[in-house]
This record gives sequence, C-alpha cells and structure tokens, in this order.
Amino acid sequence: MSDFADQVSAFMGPFLGRVPHNKQLGLRFIANGNNWVELQLPYAPHLLVDPDHGIWASGPIITLMDTAVGMASMLTRGAFEPHATLDLRTDYVRSPKPQATVTARGECYRMTRQIAFVRGLAHDGDPADPIAHVAGTFMFAASKLQGGWQ
Amino acid sequence: MTSPALATLLQQPSGRLDLLPYAALLDLSFEHVDGELQLVMPFAETLIGSPGRLHGGAIGGLLELAGLLTVIATQPEGEALPRVRPVTVTVDFMREGATQETRAAASITKLGRRVVNVHAQAWQGSRDKPIAAAHINFVLDWPER
Repeated sequence: MSDFADQVSAFMGPFLGRVPHNKQLGLRFIANGNNWVELQLPYAPHLLVDPDHGIWASGPIITLMDTAVGMASMLTRGAFEPHATLDLRTDYVRSPKPQATVTARGECYRMTRQIAFVRGLAHDGDPADPIAHVAGTFMFAASKLQGGWQ
Repeated sequence: MTSPALATLLQQPSGRLDLLPYAALLDLSFEHVDGELQLVMPFAETLIGSPGRLHGGAIGGLLELAGLLTVIATQPEGEALPRVRPVTVTVDFMREGATQETRAAASITKLGRRVVNVHAQAWQGSRDKPIAAAHINFVLDWPER
C-alpha cells in the first residue's frame, strides 16, 4: 500500500468514531487499500423502519455507503482535501437479513481534477450476494490536487 | 406491517414519527402545511458528518422517509395497504446541510399499483434553495388476498 493508505489505515478507525452521525449509527472501520475502504454497520434496533418485520430503514445504508465511498475518494486523492457528495445512487437489490451486520466496500475507480467517480456494494455476509449497489460522484475544489494524479 | 398505523397517524395535522425506530433516531416529526406532508428534522449534534455540516446519509435518509410516508399517505383509506419498499434512490446534493432544522417533502410523479415514482426535496429556511433532492422508485408489495 502507499504511504498515504498506510497513514489512513492507522487514522481511520479513531476518525470514524469521532464523526458524530457515524458514531450514532455504529459504523466501524474494517480495512482499506489504495483506493478502497471497507466499513461495517452492525445491526441495532434503531436502524429499522419496520420493527414488526425486522425491516431495515434504507437511510443507514445510504450513510454507510456514502461514508465508504467518500473515504475511498479521499484515499485515491492521496490527501485530506475537503470534498462534497455531488450525487449518489443506491440500488437496493434485496433486504438485509434480520439482525445482520452489513459490510460495505466502497472504491474510487476514477479521479479527475475536480471529480471522483465512486462505486460500492453492501452485503450481509457474502459479497457475491449483495444487498445494495451504489454509484456516485464527489466534487473537490479544483486546483488543490497533489501527488501523482493527472 | 406498520403501514396501517402510519396511515392513521399521518391523518393527524402533525405528530412525531417514533413508530419508525430510524425516524425516532433522527428525531423526526411531520406537519401538514398547505395540504403537503412535510417532515421536520431538528438539528442535533449527532447528525453531523463533517465539521459544521450535516451527514449526507442523514439527509438521504430524511428524503427517503419523506417519499415513503407520502406514498403511504396517498394510499386509499380503508383498503389493505401494501408494503412500500424503495428499489432505487438517487440523491443529488446541491448545498451543504447547515447546523439547523431541515425539512423535506415529496411529490408523486406517477402512482401505479406496483411502482410509484417519487421526487423528494430537502431544504433549510428557504424552500427555493433545496439542499438536496432525490428521485426514488418504490415498489408496492400487496398482501395476498
């Protein structure tokens, strides 16, 4: 891994715990590479929209995925620069199993001067059987790009 | 399913949405304003995603609930209610979410028996300056007869 990715590995767990909304939902940092991040969201009753049937709200999945792909774009950028989500599309392939821990993997597949293109998936145990796919873009302030990217 | 209880609740002029645990987590309430169902998310420190800004996921969650509840409120009274589930949600973030109250409302683009297409908007202060908008496709699962 790059020095920056190593640096991020050490920093990400404690950082995630300091982001208030991620802490409220219970997001955990699992691992990262040079352009990807894996996070987990363990089941909690407050994540449900229908407690009678154990059905998850989709908002927590959006938060989880937005965080994972946002971190992936920062990793790929190679610097801690402010960036904002431009758009994020989530396809809910199926519902998570009741009381499952949801794992999210977000990656940045293309970085340009201003835009990070990201995608990711969420699963509840088997990445080959995902519960959600996402695709989105993040916007950086144009001129600050450093390091080896065009 | 919570749909019938929700449909009854949404006939009130206003109220809290604690029936939905995730809505309780976001401290959501609803109000009917000029015939429109609006959700209200008060600011709380726990909604912050980066310094001085609301988490995009919380805004996305609010938009989706605005869509969901608008669909439930639109179902004809007294009939069996379907389970409403989002299949695709696309959120555009236009402005950063400041540390203040956020409101959201949704309009139904097409109400079908199996699919409902919805457009939801979230704003702070001025309705003319949305902070985020979502296009949501819901699928309705009808109970067996």
